[in-house]
Amino acid sequence: MLMPNLVAILALLAVGRTPTPEEIRAWDISVAPDGAGLPEGSGTAAAGKEIYANRCARCHGAKGEGRDSVPVAGGQGTLKSPKPLRTVGSYWPYATTIFDYVSRAMPFDKPGTLSHDQVYAVTAYVLYLNGIVAEDAMIDARSLPKVQMPNRNGFVPDPRPDVGRTRGSGSARKAR
Amino acid sequence: MEDTQSTRRRWLGLTAALGAGVTACKRSGPEQAEETGPRLLGKPVSAYGERSPYETDTRALPNTRTPEAASSRTPLQDSCGILTPSSLHYERHHAGVPNIDPARHRLLLHGLVDRPLIFTVDEIRRMPSVSHIHFLECSGNSGGEWGPKTGRDASQSCGLASCSEWTGVPLSSLLHEAGVQKDAKWLICEGADACKMQRSLPLDKAMQDTLVAWGQNGEALRPEQGYPLRLVVPGWEGNISVKWLRRIKVTGQPYMVRDETSHYTDLMPDGTARIFTFVMDAKSLITFPSGGQRLNGPGSYEVTGLAWSGRGRIERVEVSTDLGRSWQNANLQEPRLPMAFTRFRFPWKWDGSAAVLQSRCTDESGYVQPSKEELIAVRGLNSQFHYNGIKPWKVMPDGSVTNADA
Repeated sequence: MLMPNLVAILALLAVGRTPTPEEIRAWDISVAPDGAGLPEGSGTAAAGKEIYANRCARCHGAKGEGRDSVPVAGGQGTLKSPKPLRTVGSYWPYATTIFDYVSRAMPFDKPGTLSHDQVYAVTAYVLYLNGIVAEDAMIDARSLPKVQMPNRNGFVPDPRPDVGRTRGSGSARKAR
Repeated sequence: MEDTQSTRRRWLGLTAALGAGVTACKRSGPEQAEETGPRLLGKPVSAYGERSPYETDTRALPNTRTPEAASSRTPLQDSCGILTPSSLHYERHHAGVPNIDPARHRLLLHGLVDRPLIFTVDEIRRMPSVSHIHFLECSGNSGGEWGPKTGRDASQSCGLASCSEWTGVPLSSLLHEAGVQKDAKWLICEGADACKMQRSLPLDKAMQDTLVAWGQNGEALRPEQGYPLRLVVPGWEGNISVKWLRRIKVTGQPYMVRDETSHYTDLMPDGTARIFTFVMDAKSLITFPSGGQRLNGPGSYEVTGLAWSGRGRIERVEVSTDLGRSWQNANLQEPRLPMAFTRFRFPWKWDGSAAVLQSRCTDESGYVQPSKEELIAVRGLNSQFHYNGIKPWKVMPDGSVTNADA
């Protein structure tokens, strides 16, 4: 059984080295929508309120209404309107994305400075601002993937080409 | 066919056209007299060349308090040929341009693979490479065109598109080295910028034509373009060509990251949003005469512009000079490469009256570039991304050119 593997390996260019499991763990910050990759730690909206006020409100507004940056709360029920408001509560399909994005990219001017507990707490607070979880709900690796986002089923696959005609067929292409 | 008079007029028109396009060219100064006396020596050889001090085309910068999360626009109105100088390639950063020492940079490939691997930049440059010419376009390009106030010049209207020769290793080679497992379907690709920008890339596209690029237009990538390593995903929205590439995790599912859920999704009038809208539809733009330029009196001109498609080659570009009543084929300049800018040219005699110039392209899939009205009829006004409507420019009797709706 060794030979086929050996042949396959010899056919490769043999560049790169094998990382240690510790190296992969240190590099791999990915969080899947099913919660795979979420780290240990936890937080509540009550705990996240002060962190949000100190680290997030300057750009996103005291209640998530948005100031110098995008709003993170509100807008539910507006997606069909002429002025849709796309926020975590009205638009984002997965709660895990909040943890992942805050953890890797926020605060904008100092990404990577919040602890896992702080990120869980801020995630909980943003969900609370949107009326999705209670103020004392414990958010962690097990509970976060179970949070039902209001717009979870709002996304559809790409139907393009959807506009205009296609030369040759001579027939008009219609929308979905 | 042509007598000397008309050839001369065409030449005059063309020279005027170049003068209008190349704004920095000092055409209004006195002609240089033939020198008869002793002449000054020019500059000596230099280690790294710079453009002429008379040339001043620059990327258009936004007015923003967060220029690290912003975009700059290629001055397409000043372009010639199909390649964008690396220094004028559009930018879209989410957390600024990182300063990366290539000797310390690594690319980790892991997840659903038989052999996780860490590559140095030297190791990747040592592998068999290819060079391909491809456009990159932000799917938010021309987002302003959905509304009533459209871009006043080519840069403001369409400047988040550029075209380069990219040199790199097929991503399929790296995946082959690592041995992709049976359940693998997606790749989570991550950059080394401050926000560790990431996107989920389907394995099929990764195996088909995606590059891990280290070269651009004959030299190393510019820092703004992902130095020392970036993805180039041909024909797809620019955001997925992850810059400063540091990690690829092979998975069975997309990770629904912020930039494929909150952003880069297209909201429809019925309240649903399209997700994973990767392909850039065929699009064309007249770069001369375009908004902000000026024609120097009636006569012969060459209308020219760019066309491109994420679905392959450009097969045809038609130009209308009469408000869309009639369309005529433009000349397509070779090379016509798949998923690259194609330059088109169209001779036009301007009679001095107001005229509306438009271009409409067809790609090899048979897709015809739609009008703004056709796009809005299907997608409404709030889908933000993937605007590829026909762009009209209006030539006024005084020779000035504006966005036709202004």
